[in-house]
Amino acid sequence: MAETILVLTHADETGSVLTTASLEAVSAGKELAAWLDASLTIGVVAAEASSAARSLAGVGARIFGVSGEAFAQARYASDAAACEALCKAAAATIVLTTGSSRFARVAAGVALRLGGCVDTHVTSIRCENGVEVSRWFYRQRIEAVITRAKRPWILLLDAGTYAPFEGGVEDVKVEQVAVALPAMRTTVIGMRSPELSAQTIRPEAKMLFVAGAGWTKKQSDGQVHAGEAGELILNFLSNTGASLGSSKSLVDQGGDGQPVLPFLTHMNQVGQTGSTPRHAKGLSTCCHGEEPHVVGWRFIGDRRAISLDPNCGWARGKADVVYVADAFKVMARVNELLAGH
Amino acid sequence: MELHIVVCAGIVPDPLQTLEPVMGPKGPALKNEMMLPAVLDPWAASSLYEAASLAAKNPGSKVWLVSLGPKAKLQQVMMTVAQKVSFELVAIDAPVSGFVDAQATAAVLAEAINGLAGLEKAKLLLFGGWESATRGAGVTMQIVGELLGISDQFMGVDQIEFLDDGSFEVLERVEGGKHQVSVCAGAPALFGWATGNLAEPRNNPQIGMANMRTVMPALQKAKAVSVAENDLQYVSASLPKQQRQTRVVKDMAVDAIARELVEWVGAK
Repeated sequence: MAETILVLTHADETGSVLTTASLEAVSAGKELAAWLDASLTIGVVAAEASSAARSLAGVGARIFGVSGEAFAQARYASDAAACEALCKAAAATIVLTTGSSRFARVAAGVALRLGGCVDTHVTSIRCENGVEVSRWFYRQRIEAVITRAKRPWILLLDAGTYAPFEGGVEDVKVEQVAVALPAMRTTVIGMRSPELSAQTIRPEAKMLFVAGAGWTKKQSDGQVHAGEAGELILNFLSNTGASLGSSKSLVDQGGDGQPVLPFLTHMNQVGQTGSTPRHAKGLSTCCHGEEPHVVGWRFIGDRRAISLDPNCGWARGKADVVYVADAFKVMARVNELLAGH
Repeated sequence: MELHIVVCAGIVPDPLQTLEPVMGPKGPALKNEMMLPAVLDPWAASSLYEAASLAAKNPGSKVWLVSLGPKAKLQQVMMTVAQKVSFELVAIDAPVSGFVDAQATAAVLAEAINGLAGLEKAKLLLFGGWESATRGAGVTMQIVGELLGISDQFMGVDQIEFLDDGSFEVLERVEGGKHQVSVCAGAPALFGWATGNLAEPRNNPQIGMANMRTVMPALQKAKAVSVAENDLQYVSASLPKQQRQTRVVKDMAVDAIARELVEWVGAK
């Protein structure tokens, strides 16, 4: 069956530039179209699609756009209508898009409206016996390859699995697609950051620093040093630009009335019931490296750990290097050295 | 304000269990799956606690817990869950493996919700997890919502707060550790919950005894359904095999470790 491929993209918070994850989906679309010798179309959802599409110069595909103030914000009713209209305009059989919060919210609804199917968290696509995609099950504990005959098939790609498309930046021809919007009952007010002293979640950072519950346990002097631990961690993040992750046990401590690091929320949680980030390097501290934690490290490349326990889970083939040492002392010295750089 | 809150919550193997896929005639399954202890899906459990909290603040409200899974496993999980908060169980006897197609599962759930006696859609808040700990697709709730005609959907929800006019403010997780803030005119609406802000309620034997009056009959009359396989085909399912040659560094001075780490971290 001849396939028609559509890549759905959206603008970032500024409204005038496509997100990095969208450009990754464009790369995936170009690769798949070349494999299948299929036609490729790019769909852009933005307040002003023509501006956002400028980063698609040289893409070698038709570009459809949905524009208007209603599409400046991520909202189910308007985004689902926009994506549905773009899929119909492109007569797409395979739709690639980003698993961003914006499109992950609407993709399944769009698939249902089109009479198609949807799969998410796709990490690779191959064309051996038709189109086959890889994704993870049981929170990154089992990897499977799946295929479907039903079309249209919407695939949401996990961020970081393809290199972003790099074309020129110039005006491109965008064919505007009209969208019939239903009555809007939801108004997006804006973004809100947690009421914290520092923004610690940085998806674009090269490094992930994970704090485990050991930071708030009694130390060798019999005392808890949560304040000192917080200072050491924040200094390290400031010195390196790293993103901060946490074990579940640490973020849950607040609810149990135990000492907590005030800048941690459930959004920092990494692991089986938290996020599975993608950073080039990861440093685990005071975390014992058992399976539910390490699941969150599945896509972290270079891994090191600091632990007082030489037999912790990290030492069993999960980290590249495990330092058997006191993280308080090591990180204090690391911060001194980094500050002197 | 009376609310009709329907919580969709599946059951999953206890996260600490070892999982191993095995290929059967109908595709992959977990080895010894029926022997594995199960728990309520973490995000869906969070949504159940939020639903109970919301219902408590709004007298006259009602909470239904719609759960699909093998009857025996559902009974095991409900022994614990029923002691946490009050709800009326709607049990559906069906396979629950993470390899079952989420879209087919959604169709079964939507049909069950459509058949709930006394449910008023104008008061409906549809709750569930934003993803499950099995398939992790994050699509089941959206499809249920579409099938029920709900076009105000929110995913990765951590908080909702009702305003005086019946509208509500909702916080959804977005990239970069931020929340998107929206205001919706009111029910009906769908919420795929993240972890929220509520702690897990302590077991309350009185709530458990009250719930059991309806839980056991619900389990006994649970309708057995087969979840359509649609066109989903599995080419393979396997455990990741990555194993690292860990270098365990003992007896190295703190200063030497720090220098090695700084070199490894590289430039800012």
